[in-house]
Amino acid sequence: MQRDPRDLIRYTPSERLNHWIVGISFILLGLSGLALFHPAFWPFTLLFGGGTWTRIIHPYLGVLMALAYVIMLIRFTRLNLMTATDWQWIRRVREMVDGDDHNMPEQGKYNGGQKILFWLLFWCMLLLILSGIPLWRTWFSFPVEWVRLAAVIHSGSAAVMIGLIMVHVYAAIWTKGTIRAMWYGTVTRAWAKQHHRAWYKEATKEG
Amino acid sequence: MALQSLDIAARSATTTPSPSARQGFEVAKLIDISKCIGCKACQVACMEWNDLRDEVGINHGVYDNPMDLTDQSWTVMRFSEVEPNGHLEWLIRKDGCMHCADPGCLKACPAPGAIVKYGNGIVDFNQENCIGCGYCITGCPFNIPRIAQKDGKAYKCTLCSDRVAVGLEPACVKTCPTGAITYGAKDDMVNHAAMRVRDLNERGFAQAGLYDPPGVGGTHVMYVLQHADQPGLYANLPQDPQIDPLVSVWKGITKPLAIAAFAAVSLAGLFHYITKGPNEVSKETEKEVE
Repeated sequence: MQRDPRDLIRYTPSERLNHWIVGISFILLGLSGLALFHPAFWPFTLLFGGGTWTRIIHPYLGVLMALAYVIMLIRFTRLNLMTATDWQWIRRVREMVDGDDHNMPEQGKYNGGQKILFWLLFWCMLLLILSGIPLWRTWFSFPVEWVRLAAVIHSGSAAVMIGLIMVHVYAAIWTKGTIRAMWYGTVTRAWAKQHHRAWYKEATKEG
Repeated sequence: MALQSLDIAARSATTTPSPSARQGFEVAKLIDISKCIGCKACQVACMEWNDLRDEVGINHGVYDNPMDLTDQSWTVMRFSEVEPNGHLEWLIRKDGCMHCADPGCLKACPAPGAIVKYGNGIVDFNQENCIGCGYCITGCPFNIPRIAQKDGKAYKCTLCSDRVAVGLEPACVKTCPTGAITYGAKDDMVNHAAMRVRDLNERGFAQAGLYDPPGVGGTHVMYVLQHADQPGLYANLPQDPQIDPLVSVWKGITKPLAIAAFAAVSLAGLFHYITKGPNEVSKETEKEVE
């Protein structure tokens, strides 16, 4: 894809770095977590130097992700507050999924679907961080009833989060011209106008 | 271990059958609390046979010593002074792994082969496969396994699986001076317990009975209790132990549900892409911005 000086900046380098720290730690956490979740995924422990190393590393990766995520949350929360237009968009999501975006309401930097995803991921992250603490026996000791509840919450919210991230990744693949925004920060004007018209208008406003 | 490995009834984090060609019978250790004098010879024998030495602690003003199970103390005597019928009774329970027929530790363990249940009913930890996550502690209804500080591995009573494999009784059984601990085929131990219960009934313990809790499928360490209706008297022995429902959810329905969800989302994505095609910027919009 040719890079055009007229392209619009969607993400700054530090936002991209932030996103990828969260993204990479998510992938490593997902692989190591799945290995401990179901025997079918046990071979993933080989990526981390065996079962014991997987068990040791997983929570530290969790701390890294939590820290990077908090910074990302501070950066993007304001942009992800739901508005009336977002709910209109959500009501028409079936048309969007069908590949027809002609009747979709104009969207700002994020559309209603992205915002819903943002908040679902927020709840998953919160549950994962809180439930991860009692499971980390190296440093913490909680009553066993708490640990049992935490294990259910941790694996359940992790499974939901993996599903949500699959949707997130697919949406980026499906919507052509999107992924470059997270690689080198820019999108074409046409992309912005088509998918995020309100943001496009704001970003191209003269003066 | 080579022959024992042909006699695996269940193996942690393993979804296919384990080698189980050898025919055996279920064994059990029967601890008759009414005969126990609290001498702790069983604790000593356990340390000696297994080459374990716990840290020398301090006197807490009670007979319990050490105060709890540890990675070095796989069995401890728990002393309870209670007055169930208005007069003092000193109940001494030898605590340790119960070797459940339906072991919560094995169900919870994520490391393939770190926990096995042999055909004879013994639940054994294979520390070389243990990753030290502590899920066995989370799964256990009796609060038995302990993680060692030294190596991060989980330890508990093996029911002397090494001795049993060569036809010997567990070390604690061999040493018990009053015959409070007996060992043999589970059926024989159940019969023996019935005899002991009758004897206790005659001696005024109307509620005497065998502790072989069905909630965990029965156990391969059983107690004869003077007050079988109140197991809680015996240092909080659980009334109706079972694998906690949360553990069953975590290790049961969550797993297939999550895998089905991942598969559904992946396939939905693929089919969506090949039926609807990519969401590209329209030619009109491209012209408009030029």
